[in-house]
Amino acid sequence: MKYAAKRIAMLLFTMVIVSLLAFVAFDVISGDPATAMLGTQATPERVAELRAELGLDRPLLVRYGEWLLGFFTGNLGISYSYHQPVWELIAPKVGVTLCLSLLSFVLIAVISVPLGVRSATRRSQGILSGAETLFNQLCMAVPPFFTAILLTFCFSTVLRWFVHGSFPGLGSDFFGSLRYLLFAAVSIAIPRIAMTVRMLRSTIADELGKDYVRTAISRGNDRSGVLRRHVLKNSLVPVVTFLAQTMAEIVAGSIVVEQAFAIPGLGRMLVASIGSRDYPVVQAIIVILAFWVVLAGTVADLINQRIDPRLRLGGGAS
Amino acid sequence: MKKRCLSLLLLAGLLCAVLSGCGDSSTAETPESRAAANTIVVGIAQDLDNSLDPHKTVKAGTREVMFNVFEGLMKPTPEGDLTPAIASDYQVSEDRLTYTFTLRDGVKFHNGDTVTAEDAVYSIQRCAAATETGIVPVEAFSNITDIQAPDASTVVITLAQPDNEFLSYMTTAVLPADYDQQDTDPVGTGPFKFVSRAAQDSIVLKKFDEYWGTPAQLDQVTFKIIENADSLLMSLQSGAIDLCAHLTSTQVAQLGEDFDVAEGTMNLVQALYLNNAVAPFDNELVRQALCYAIDKKNILDLAFDGYGSLIGSSMYPAFGKYFDESLTDYYPHDTEKAKELLAQAGYPDGFSMTITVPSNYKPHMDTAQVLVQQLAEVGITAEIQAVEWESWVSDAYTNRQFQSTVVGVDASNMTARALLERFTSTADNNFINYSNADYDALFAQAQATADDAEQTALYKEMEKNLTEHAANVYIQDLADLVAVRKGLEGVTFYPIYVLDLSGIHYTA
Repeated sequence: MKYAAKRIAMLLFTMVIVSLLAFVAFDVISGDPATAMLGTQATPERVAELRAELGLDRPLLVRYGEWLLGFFTGNLGISYSYHQPVWELIAPKVGVTLCLSLLSFVLIAVISVPLGVRSATRRSQGILSGAETLFNQLCMAVPPFFTAILLTFCFSTVLRWFVHGSFPGLGSDFFGSLRYLLFAAVSIAIPRIAMTVRMLRSTIADELGKDYVRTAISRGNDRSGVLRRHVLKNSLVPVVTFLAQTMAEIVAGSIVVEQAFAIPGLGRMLVASIGSRDYPVVQAIIVILAFWVVLAGTVADLINQRIDPRLRLGGGAS
Repeated sequence: MKKRCLSLLLLAGLLCAVLSGCGDSSTAETPESRAAANTIVVGIAQDLDNSLDPHKTVKAGTREVMFNVFEGLMKPTPEGDLTPAIASDYQVSEDRLTYTFTLRDGVKFHNGDTVTAEDAVYSIQRCAAATETGIVPVEAFSNITDIQAPDASTVVITLAQPDNEFLSYMTTAVLPADYDQQDTDPVGTGPFKFVSRAAQDSIVLKKFDEYWGTPAQLDQVTFKIIENADSLLMSLQSGAIDLCAHLTSTQVAQLGEDFDVAEGTMNLVQALYLNNAVAPFDNELVRQALCYAIDKKNILDLAFDGYGSLIGSSMYPAFGKYFDESLTDYYPHDTEKAKELLAQAGYPDGFSMTITVPSNYKPHMDTAQVLVQQLAEVGITAEIQAVEWESWVSDAYTNRQFQSTVVGVDASNMTARALLERFTSTADNNFINYSNADYDALFAQAQATADDAEQTALYKEMEKNLTEHAANVYIQDLADLVAVRKGLEGVTFYPIYVLDLSGIHYTA
């Protein structure tokens, strides 16, 4: 319990740091929301006027403090670009990106774990092993945006399994939306699956070479039983940690893939808001994504503790 | 083992079934279903990510879409003239100082209210005063001394000085006086009314049934925002969108047989804009040398598959009245002449220069690449500096911190003034720092003259002045290629950057 409280405090702390960093970063880079909004109509007086109205003429820390206060009271501010409350703008997109991330994650977990175990325990020989490694390398190297174009060509242009560019929206057609998202999820998942498989293979292979495995087998235990009861459990800790890190990669990948598949998610919104220097929107999205990533890390830690009690913080044995 | 194989097979089968099967019978939209419902989906590359209030709009992309929602007392025609819209008629006094507009009977706003003279007065005053933050002040309105609504259907405007172009500013959108949601839920009088906007996703317009003029032929238009060029093309091919403007020649070539292509002009003055205040471009000989060094025709062939109209000054051909074709070939491609001029200017071995280009505009990037090669032939080493659009606006355009840049400059309304005033030495938006006393004098004369023909002649003189002094290296007005799904027709081009939806209809 004490541990959970500690983790939640850490989570909040991380988010505050991330949001502060984002705030500072936008203060440092060139470009300014007032100039961006006025575009070619910007004159020094009008820019100054607009900056004053947006409150951008005040010190950074004052603005940050105000934003933080608003954030904890559930007020994310008004978008500079759209003149609408930020939450109203991004709420429908949170669900879309959440679904996309979860789908990708499920694909990665469901496909890579059995594949990894299989490739570690039943090492193929000679040319087959070479082909396996080559295929694995290929999958790892292919960038998601390229897979996106390939998948669209195969499944939209040729097979017509989905209509590229007509994402129905979670509210109006939930299953249709999931189906559309699945293709995007696949292009995010492919390189990560390859990486997870490789990682699992080497971890399990290491574990299989250890003394206790030899002892267990020599005592007459059957191989698959040892594998299931001991080896897998012991290999799981680094894999769970790795999968949690994958969550961060998925979120980053979704930014590219949402553009490639024309999915109205947080990633696209983030890129566009950075372009137009729409700070309130950028801040909100960054914090949401940070929360998502940190949460994945926290959950992974909690799972690892169940697997391996030695990992418990302050638990005496280290 | 067999069992596992079987279960894997089953799983794969199930996945395929889910992917191909379910949803097909549900709400999936097809071009056919849209034709039956008399709606279309239009692809646009830019979101309308700003206020939707027409008096605050600075983005050309937003103006292009909202053209269908708003109207002024007058409105532009595809030919480049003006026609009465909310006004049914107008009179100009002998001394050209008083304009009297009579409003059309029973013009309705999208919220159901009837347009009154008061609304028109409010709208013009709002742009003239520009006291609300974000309103783009209309410079020409500073000339108004008095504006009155003697009765519910008459607007009388009095000017301090005669202004031949005043009418074209009367295209300023008329908005309801007592409505304050224009930023997010705009209300106008156009053939389409605004329904909804989802950020980075879509904008929906619906036919306005109580429109005073020829009603729109489509019942609903959805604008889908797809900023990724590949994705835009694939959405056309997949059947997700029916119409898309501003395509490149390469994209058009990949469209396939489901589409017709309509060709218009973008109505932009694309040029290698030179900062006339910065060395070496403060030297007229150098600027002229650049003009001779560039082969415009070659740029069109290499970067645009031959599409586009060549220009020679700050005016494009769609403005038939003001366009002077003789200026287009004022500087024929002549590398020898260019080298000679460079030597005269004191640069016999050329020099190095930077071309700043907003990287999100592919046509400008492509043009810059060809320019670099052409300039190398006369010994000039040009380097492209790709910048974000926002940085371009703040650094190059507003603060004038650049040496040269490739962009397209458009006209915010249908006047020659909108294109030419910016090069007068005192203009706020004279980003190239052009300073020429003759030019300023010609502009003053053009503003003072009463006679339309004389004014046109003066504007042409101004264009000639820009060409002779090689203010910029003028290149072209880009071709506007519009993909239209077969079975749809009625795309009309205007000399300004708008997409008129009211005439688009299904043929069958």
